Amino acid sequence: MAAVKQTVEHVESLEKYKHGFVTDIDQEFAPKGLSEEIVRFISAKKDEPEWMLAWRLDAYERWLAMDEPTWAKVHFPRIDYQDAYYYAAPKAKEGPKSLDEVDPDILATYEKLGIPLREQEVLAGVQGAPRYAVDAVFDSVSVVTTFKKELAQAGVIFCSMSEAIREHPELVQKYLGSVVPVSDNYYACLNSAVFSDGSFVYVPPGVRCPMELSTYFRINAENSGQFERTLIIADKGAYVSYLEGCTAPMRDENQLHAAVVELVALDDAEIKYSTVQNWYPGDPETGKGGIYNFVTKRADCRGDRAKVSWTQVETGSAITWKYPSCVLRGNESVGEFYSIAITNGRQQADTGTKMIHLGANTRSRIISKGISAGKSSNTYRGLVSAHPKAKGARNFTQCDSLLIGKACAAHTVPYVEARNGQCVFEHEATTTKLSEDQLFYAMQRGLSEEEAVQLLVNGFVKDVLQELPMEFAVEAQKLVAISLEGSVG
Amino acid sequence: MLSISNLRAEVDGNEILKGLSLEVPSGEVHAIMGPNGAGKSTLSYVLTGREGYEVTGGTATLDGEDLLALDPAERAAKGVFLSFQYPLEIPGVPALTFIRTAMNAQRKARGEPEVSAPEFLKLAKATAAALKIEFDMLKRALNVGFSGGEKKRMEIFQMAMLSPRFLILDETDSGLDIDALRIVSDGVNAMRSPDRSMLVITHYQRLLDYIKPDRVHVLSAGRIVASGGPELALELEREGYDKYARAA
Repeated sequence: MAAVKQTVEHVESLEKYKHGFVTDIDQEFAPKGLSEEIVRFISAKKDEPEWMLAWRLDAYERWLAMDEPTWAKVHFPRIDYQDAYYYAAPKAKEGPKSLDEVDPDILATYEKLGIPLREQEVLAGVQGAPRYAVDAVFDSVSVVTTFKKELAQAGVIFCSMSEAIREHPELVQKYLGSVVPVSDNYYACLNSAVFSDGSFVYVPPGVRCPMELSTYFRINAENSGQFERTLIIADKGAYVSYLEGCTAPMRDENQLHAAVVELVALDDAEIKYSTVQNWYPGDPETGKGGIYNFVTKRADCRGDRAKVSWTQVETGSAITWKYPSCVLRGNESVGEFYSIAITNGRQQADTGTKMIHLGANTRSRIISKGISAGKSSNTYRGLVSAHPKAKGARNFTQCDSLLIGKACAAHTVPYVEARNGQCVFEHEATTTKLSEDQLFYAMQRGLSEEEAVQLLVNGFVKDVLQELPMEFAVEAQKLVAISLEGSVG
Repeated sequence: MLSISNLRAEVDGNEILKGLSLEVPSGEVHAIMGPNGAGKSTLSYVLTGREGYEVTGGTATLDGEDLLALDPAERAAKGVFLSFQYPLEIPGVPALTFIRTAMNAQRKARGEPEVSAPEFLKLAKATAAALKIEFDMLKRALNVGFSGGEKKRMEIFQMAMLSPRFLILDETDSGLDIDALRIVSDGVNAMRSPDRSMLVITHYQRLLDYIKPDRVHVLSAGRIVASGGPELALELEREGYDKYARAA
């Protein structure tokens, strides 16, 4: 139970990564390291039922027998899993019952990040402005969820995963691990054992969720892993749009983030999942201190005509390793993946998607825009496969890479498996270098070199930006500009 | 307005401009003609500050201010505009967005407030109409999939929108049919004013039937080798550049 260590001295140049501040609040940690006791400790802390503990312990057993995967095109020193904290929570005697009970320092943190948590403030905002409900996750724990009452009226459940385990065990038991099995992969398995919190969404049949749902993840504590678990279920004919945002302070030590996100879409349901990921990317010269973002995200279009679309803007993390995927099980189900992945400095990204066509007449669409600058490496890795029963499956894939400067790298690794003769898969890929002619053209019109790069890059990623909910598209556009600062010259 | 004295510049170590001198007073239109490889495009790039075009001697000033000390964006903000021989395609960036971004960047550099959306749209609509440009075309990505003539028209559109003081037209007639040439020339002529000057770079006399120059200069082997009135262009058209190539 150590108090939070003051780490302000580590935070040197805030102007570069503007979310790089540390909030000094009283926190509660589990002892360092990973063991069965720690798993039990986490489960006990969260007052979990026996079945949940058993699930975790089973995952832990399996994890012990697994090896870290090495196939991705990323390089990093071996992670010492015994040298991290697996549970860090803002210290509070009881869980906060209302916003007024939340530590004001935490609220101030979210304010700094521009995340609206106070419903009345959101309501007092510009007339007609879109509202969105927020679930804020601070280190391992969900600190507040807004707009719960209004959502409940529509029958939508939006709460932290811990709460869902207590309040809606039948739903959690039915769906948890049903998309990403416990031992799916090394990091997902670790997550299953030690996951701390995350968001839970259930939209009942025929309901169109009345507002955007959003979760904001913030890693604050030092040397702590963040293992969120998110589960979203859209029942028959339901619709929900969900957005997650992520930031972290600047540290000298790399921190592990291994989340699992499971989406389930039943007949005629639609889930739109957007991510703006801006974890601390590490020191641009040495790569020190950035987040290792090893995430498993998968959607199951379990019902006929179900539709899931993933949109991601990945600008942060030292290493990004994630493949938001769609299992197109239902007939005529649709999967979409729109991605912007930007790497600068020493960042490494190996990201893409998997579209698994199982049902007949399933369709998928992949638009990936990779931008590499500095000394970074950016890999698109994607799988499109069709099962023998997936007659009439269609996929369109477009992977564009943009290189800025001479020291960066872009790779495209598409895997295509068609196991029946009646599918149509199209793949287009381009790699271009930001042209000096274009830059000069824009500069001759009055743009500085950086403004010119921003304009050209925003043009390059436009197809994907327009898939984001409006207010986030603006934020993402700014983020794109910030992540490429100093990438030329 | 523009004053160039004994300007020397090289590209990849090869000297292209070899002591070029030129005066373009306010309100005048000067044509630069010359054979291929004389340094015409190099002159336009040196005046606009393109990387890789290294000035090794001489001066170039705009209203007494040293142009060569400024970066390309600063020169643009001072009112130097180059209509490119080969306008670039800018994928994903609508023409209107591009021009508005440029306009605001220039205004910011001059310490002026940003252009308001209604003000900008009004100006864009009027300018497009004058140049017979369909307004919808301005919503498309700049120059992407445009014909050669459309690209040139778009250059003139940008020029009219940004309202520069010193205009450089680099081979603006290339790739234009007669109708397009007339529209483009009308657009350029509409910009003639006592406090604006133009440098019209062209290989052929044809353009000068439409944009009447006050002075014509012959550029050969990196130097101005002859200057005269509009009749000089007609003489060049008849007799070619041979005489001047020898003189250089």
